[in-house]
Amino acid sequence: MSDDLLTTAAAWRANGEQVAIATVVETWGSSPRPAGSRFIVSDAGHMAGSVSGGCIEGAVAQAAATTMATGAPQLLDFGISDETAWEVGLACGGKLQVFLEKLG
Amino acid sequence: MTPELLARLQAAQGALRPVALCTRLPDGAQAIFPDDALPASVANALPASVADAARAAVDADRIALVDGWFIHPHNPPLRLLIVGAVHAAQAMLPMAQGLGFAITVIDPRRAFATQERLPGVAINHEWPDDAMAALRPDSRTAIVTLTHDPKIDDPALDAALRSPAFYIGALGSRRTHAKRLERLGELGHAAEAMARIRAPVGLDIKAVTAAEIGLSIMAEIVAVRRGASTGR
Repeated sequence: MSDDLLTTAAAWRANGEQVAIATVVETWGSSPRPAGSRFIVSDAGHMAGSVSGGCIEGAVAQAAATTMATGAPQLLDFGISDETAWEVGLACGGKLQVFLEKLG
Repeated sequence: MTPELLARLQAAQGALRPVALCTRLPDGAQAIFPDDALPASVANALPASVADAARAAVDADRIALVDGWFIHPHNPPLRLLIVGAVHAAQAMLPMAQGLGFAITVIDPRRAFATQERLPGVAINHEWPDDAMAALRPDSRTAIVTLTHDPKIDDPALDAALRSPAFYIGALGSRRTHAKRLERLGELGHAAEAMARIRAPVGLDIKAVTAAEIGLSIMAEIVAVRRGASTGR
């Protein structure tokens, strides 16, 4: 499924959109999506894939705006000890790290 | 990720070549194993320790974090070889496609194995022994026989047992399967080896309809792939 997401990301970019790719790089505890899971987002508001059960995709999409603007990758931590995670509702008790990069 | 690297990754996948995308955290420097592990492409060559870990990660189809590098294998899709273009096979197709399998349906009976009945999958009209010899099932391949016809199923199972396929399933009742084991035994297969064949095929969900049988088979394939206990 990741492969389809890369194809989709390439298609969005070919369509003139800015695209960011988020990949789960490490998980601890009961996080819903394993390492390697991808979520892609574009500046036109397109989204596909997932890095969680829907708990943190909103926060990742927000962070992606910065990465798309600056081109700088980010390593994002989400977990129960993280206040941001509570705000976006990562209630499953797991922790995960997401690498966010611009396609470009 | 540069568009150029993404294009190379897609080209490798299109060529069914196992590779790993290696990303250095947190700065995002990237290389593709094994392409960029070769001395020829020194510009962005991978450290030797990362290349070694990438080789192991690709072989195991498992993600790794080594020396600050995130190693993400991109293997060719799992394969599903279905012998018998029957109703249950049709029911399996959309599920197997959604699960990411590359599917080939093998059936020498051309009236059954038509593109109209089996949209979007590869169709092989050879007899199963020839088809299997050409398709060469590996450890990332699942094989399911569905015809009930020993002329077609037996040669497929014979070849399957000689392959490292991770899943072998055969449709048919316990009685049918007992007779099948006798025939395969006469071909030289030992009882322990034949225990690899899952029959009656599929998880026991009391499936009745073709769609339910397809679901039970696909669920069992996923369970075996993920190392779950299936109660057999």
